[in-house]
Amino acid sequence: MSGDGSLVLDGVTVALDGATLIAGLDLAVAPGEIVTVMGPSGSGKSTLLAWLCGAADPAFRIAGRATLDGADITGLPPEARRVGILFQDDLLFPHLSVGGNLAFGLPPGLAGPERRARIEAALEEAELPGFADRDPATLSGGQRARIALMRTLLAAPKALLLDEPFSRLDAALRDRIRCFVFGHATERGLPVLLVTHDPDDARAAGGKVVEIG
Amino acid sequence: MLRWVPAVTLLLFLGPVAAGLVGTWLPAFGVLPALGGTEFSLAPWRRLLAEPGLVTSIRLTLGTGFAAAIVSLALVLAFLAACHGTRPVVAVRRLLAPLLAVPHVAVAIGFAFLASPSGWAARAVSPWLTGWERPPDIATVPDPWGIALVCGLVLKEVPFLLLMTLAALGQVPADRTLAVARSLGYGPATAWFKTVLPLVWPQIRLPVYAVLAYSLSVVDMALVLAPGTPPPLAPRVLRWFSDPDLSRQFVAAAGAGLQFLLVVGAIGLFHGGERLAAFLGRRWIAAGGRGHGERGGRIAATGAMGIVFAVGLLGMLGMAIWSVARRWRWPDVLPSVWSPGNWARQADALAWPGWTTVSVALAAALIAIALVLGCLENEQRTHVTPGSRALWLIYAPLLAPQIGFLFGVQVLLVASGLDGRWAALVWGHLLFVLPYVFLALAGPWRRLDERYARTALCLGASPGRVFWRVKLPMLLRPVLFALAVGFAVSVGEYLPTVFAGGGRYATLTTEAVSLAAGGDRRVIGVYAFLQALLPWLGFTLAIAVPAWLYRRRHGMKAFTA
Repeated sequence: MSGDGSLVLDGVTVALDGATLIAGLDLAVAPGEIVTVMGPSGSGKSTLLAWLCGAADPAFRIAGRATLDGADITGLPPEARRVGILFQDDLLFPHLSVGGNLAFGLPPGLAGPERRARIEAALEEAELPGFADRDPATLSGGQRARIALMRTLLAAPKALLLDEPFSRLDAALRDRIRCFVFGHATERGLPVLLVTHDPDDARAAGGKVVEIG
Repeated sequence: MLRWVPAVTLLLFLGPVAAGLVGTWLPAFGVLPALGGTEFSLAPWRRLLAEPGLVTSIRLTLGTGFAAAIVSLALVLAFLAACHGTRPVVAVRRLLAPLLAVPHVAVAIGFAFLASPSGWAARAVSPWLTGWERPPDIATVPDPWGIALVCGLVLKEVPFLLLMTLAALGQVPADRTLAVARSLGYGPATAWFKTVLPLVWPQIRLPVYAVLAYSLSVVDMALVLAPGTPPPLAPRVLRWFSDPDLSRQFVAAAGAGLQFLLVVGAIGLFHGGERLAAFLGRRWIAAGGRGHGERGGRIAATGAMGIVFAVGLLGMLGMAIWSVARRWRWPDVLPSVWSPGNWARQADALAWPGWTTVSVALAAALIAIALVLGCLENEQRTHVTPGSRALWLIYAPLLAPQIGFLFGVQVLLVASGLDGRWAALVWGHLLFVLPYVFLALAGPWRRLDERYARTALCLGASPGRVFWRVKLPMLLRPVLFALAVGFAVSVGEYLPTVFAGGGRYATLTTEAVSLAAGGDRRVIGVYAFLQALLPWLGFTLAIAVPAWLYRRRHGMKAFTA
């Protein structure tokens, strides 16, 4: 099934110091689908995502294959994989403005006015128009989470990985940000892999749930 | 290319140390073909042992070295134990930078200005208290026992040990440990010694050894503060090396060898003392005493620390005032006539050594920061973190006495035709700048949350772009601070300039040392103050530039505070 936009994991095994954390995981995430991986902390679920974006700690021994849109990405460096990731912290670069953070995600090669227009459009989508020159430290938690998603989406990823991105938000905000992230990801037809230990996340995702650990 | 940086770096600064040791030990056993020594012999050692007053020199070296290191360490530990988490620690932290920035020679000269018979201290109490109508005829700086040298060293080493210990405290759960111990009924200082010190000691052991090694082999401060007949071993070896009678080179090399053995033996002895202290300490901890009489100790430790800082800062102030004094008669506390004339008269003489100082310091600091950044970036890309043994390598040039291998380095430079060149001077300084720059930057660089870099990579940025656009700007303050540290270290270097400069280059430091032997305090004040001012300017810029650049980025507070 090459070139259909899916993210496919093929026999992925994660081991640390001889102990197997994940054994032979097979998984296919179709475009626009949200698959949830659930497991307690230390079960290797964050490592799985780090491996998918090409930045796993070498202390882990990981075997298996990952393909995205039909292409094997297993051996590619992170910057060539086109896999976006969101962590539980927004990790906005503190030395850049909100607009600067978004511009960092935007691929090079676009002319200046086009870049600015794309950034302004992303701010509109995040319901934060005119925020380009703001210091990210002055934003609320929900605003920062939305900017972090926009930064990731501007890099035009072909898949989205979510590493417990809602766990730091307070309960009232969590639902809204969840809808926001899921909505934008499915609207763009991205395969989404969510790892979490919060059953509410899995329920809201409404897709397949895989238990590990 | 990046993966070669660690190897090149090690070669650049460990190669010379090793080669320098060989180049010093061979002449110590009579082998130095350039001066006709071709056969192995013990004659240099026999001549060394026959030097008059050698035992006095050794006694002076060991006495001042151990006293300075132990007093400094005791002061720092007692102060931090007594005052952990209180306002005096905050105040000391704030005043640390100016004292750290000041080169050793300037500290020595500042102390001499305070403590000499005609210095500020005597003026402040004369003649109303002492009855002295003229400066008293007593030898205070230098004194025959080396007390002035110990004081000078303590002034410089207390801030260094404070910095290293505070940094180590930040990496262990000191506050929670203390809270637990105090809830079990231990007094604060007792709790600190029994529970926090064992946590931080492994991290400050090497800095303490470096302080001991430095105190035992200091040359520049000793030339200003130590007795001269006979001087401690290290300055005496330098005297032999600079003797016009070239056959003295062999004695000097043997002396340098002896100096090296003294330092190695002293560190061994100290290590033995450490084991004994640990044994006694465990019994003391097991006995369960909760501590009493801490109040008196707290007052004493805070007072002693206050005196160290006050003397250090007053010394700087004294130099500044002397540099603009026209007439300052005994026993006036301040000059009666002020004038910038000293500076104007010295302007021409200052220009060349000033330029050498700044250009060498900038070059050495920039090369060092480039190499260190290369090493750290390579470490993160390859995920190979050097173990704790690598730290010993980094400390090697700080533990080996400078006089013990710089002669060998000079032999190497002469043989390669590089001696007396500007580049040789930069390289000589780099040996000592590199380890300090590495120590200043490694911690902050490794502590940066690696998820920032991972996020940037996943946004499609290449590793190079992540380095230049994410890591470097986020760590701008520690990078500039490390640069300032390197600059300050280079400005203060004395022996590397003497040995690598081939007598052709003078810096503010070498000029200040040779002037200190003379008498004109107004001229000494100008050189010493300028020498102290340069590093201070460096640190000020290193703090001000990122603060200004990121004035509208509150999230950077965590990285710029």
